[in-house]
Amino acid sequence: MARFNSREMMSPQKTALYDRHRQLGAKMTDFHGWEMPLYYTSILDEHRAVRQALGIFDISHMGQVFVTGPQASQTLNRLMTSDVSQLPQGRACYTLMLNESGGIIDDLIVYCIGPEAYLVIVNCANRAIDVAWMQSHGIGQTTIADLSEGRSIVAVQGPTACRVLEQVLDAKVTSLARFEIAPIRTMGPDACLARTGYTGSDGFELFLPDRHAVRVWDMVLAAAKPLGIQPIGLGARDTLRIEAGLRLYGTDMDSATSPWEVGLGWTVAINKPEFIGKSALVQQRQTGVTRAFVGFELSQGPVPRTGTALFAVSDGVPTRIGQVTSGTYSPVLAKPLGMGYVEPASAAPGTSVRFTVRNQWYTGTIVKLPFWKGDPRQPALANSPTPGRLTTHVDS
Amino acid sequence: MSTPDHLLYTKTHEWVRREGGEAVVGITVHAQEELRDVVFVELPNVGRSVKQGEAVAVIESVKAAFDIYAPVSGTIARVNDSVSKNPQVVNQDCYGVGWLYTISPVSPDEFTRLMTAEQYTKQLQAETH
Repeated sequence: MARFNSREMMSPQKTALYDRHRQLGAKMTDFHGWEMPLYYTSILDEHRAVRQALGIFDISHMGQVFVTGPQASQTLNRLMTSDVSQLPQGRACYTLMLNESGGIIDDLIVYCIGPEAYLVIVNCANRAIDVAWMQSHGIGQTTIADLSEGRSIVAVQGPTACRVLEQVLDAKVTSLARFEIAPIRTMGPDACLARTGYTGSDGFELFLPDRHAVRVWDMVLAAAKPLGIQPIGLGARDTLRIEAGLRLYGTDMDSATSPWEVGLGWTVAINKPEFIGKSALVQQRQTGVTRAFVGFELSQGPVPRTGTALFAVSDGVPTRIGQVTSGTYSPVLAKPLGMGYVEPASAAPGTSVRFTVRNQWYTGTIVKLPFWKGDPRQPALANSPTPGRLTTHVDS
Repeated sequence: MSTPDHLLYTKTHEWVRREGGEAVVGITVHAQEELRDVVFVELPNVGRSVKQGEAVAVIESVKAAFDIYAPVSGTIARVNDSVSKNPQVVNQDCYGVGWLYTISPVSPDEFTRLMTAEQYTKQLQAETH
């Protein structure tokens, strides 16, 4: 969606793991100027591997921005919807950065990695915009450094992630709770491990200097081999996040989207004294929004594709109520899934939504997100840290 | 085996097998590999009359939808309901149980416009070079 034209003219950027992807026979694709794996074998097989065993992802295209200094917390608290001042060292929060009109500039994760030190992970397509915005709204002596070049991110996601990483890192990673982050001692001061991800399954993300990326990748693949592991491309990353009800910037939301519309109001600490976009959000809450983000599923049928119009039908007359922003086929639930916007009056779970594909009508049913409720063998994983939970830093 | 000799082929990667008075139609291994992950198949209604080269069926993969064309003109005689119920069989056995539909051809001459296995293999080589 939000592509940089200048990037497209240039030759694509490659991650430190590029050669590994080629060796593994990946089908590569251009993703916002980066040459990334789309799939290695099959999107559906890779998807199942993450739900049932383990998947390893190269997501080094994502931006790594370090925010440091005595007023780092104050700066982030002004930029983000969440109350970053309440974030203890070793913890992370999923949050939004808004413009003055309350529109979403990006959705991101802020990790508190030290006293006066934060790591912010931003979408690759928004990196330049985000960094410029953050720098122009910094408070005091805050350093906002885009250290994405020269750094990698490896995600290890699936029910066996803990077992495999304990072996690879020789550290007690089970003690790391969801949305916690800790340094990886054996890899120097600038390597971190966080229990976060974009799949809905249990898992970790490793933020590393490039020099560690290939070694970590190879070690995880080797260690997990007896338990089953697949390298995962962007294709399955998309189907996994949809199944988990996770929004994608540029597809499900953009700079004209309000957090209230996209169902991310839970990230908004509206009682904070001040943050960019607050007055617009306060006003929107009073006037109400005209669309609501929902998920719907079909028992069978075609994939509801991005842009497909959604209708309500009463007395045989279809009325347009919204449109699809993300759609896929879920190999775990064995049905097509869609997410998108409808009028608030038609957003309740159980409501029917109709759409046409090649002149044929299909009916979906709105369901509560996420579609996939988690692995019954494992404790439920919230997509967000439990509100008010303030654990202390867990040492690995 | 990836391009069986006893079949005829189209430029658009369908295969055709003459069986009795019917033309059985499916997609080639090459098409199946390009699509990957077939998740939905929409087949034509039996009795529909179709022209050579007309889009008559749709195969959807996770990422996109693809038209399937009629290799010859005629009437749709039978459709393979098992691929509608279990679309993955197109990936698993595209020349066998993954066949899509049959056509009762009106003009047997049209078969001469189709490619032999050798010609189709040459086309594939040209496409990948």
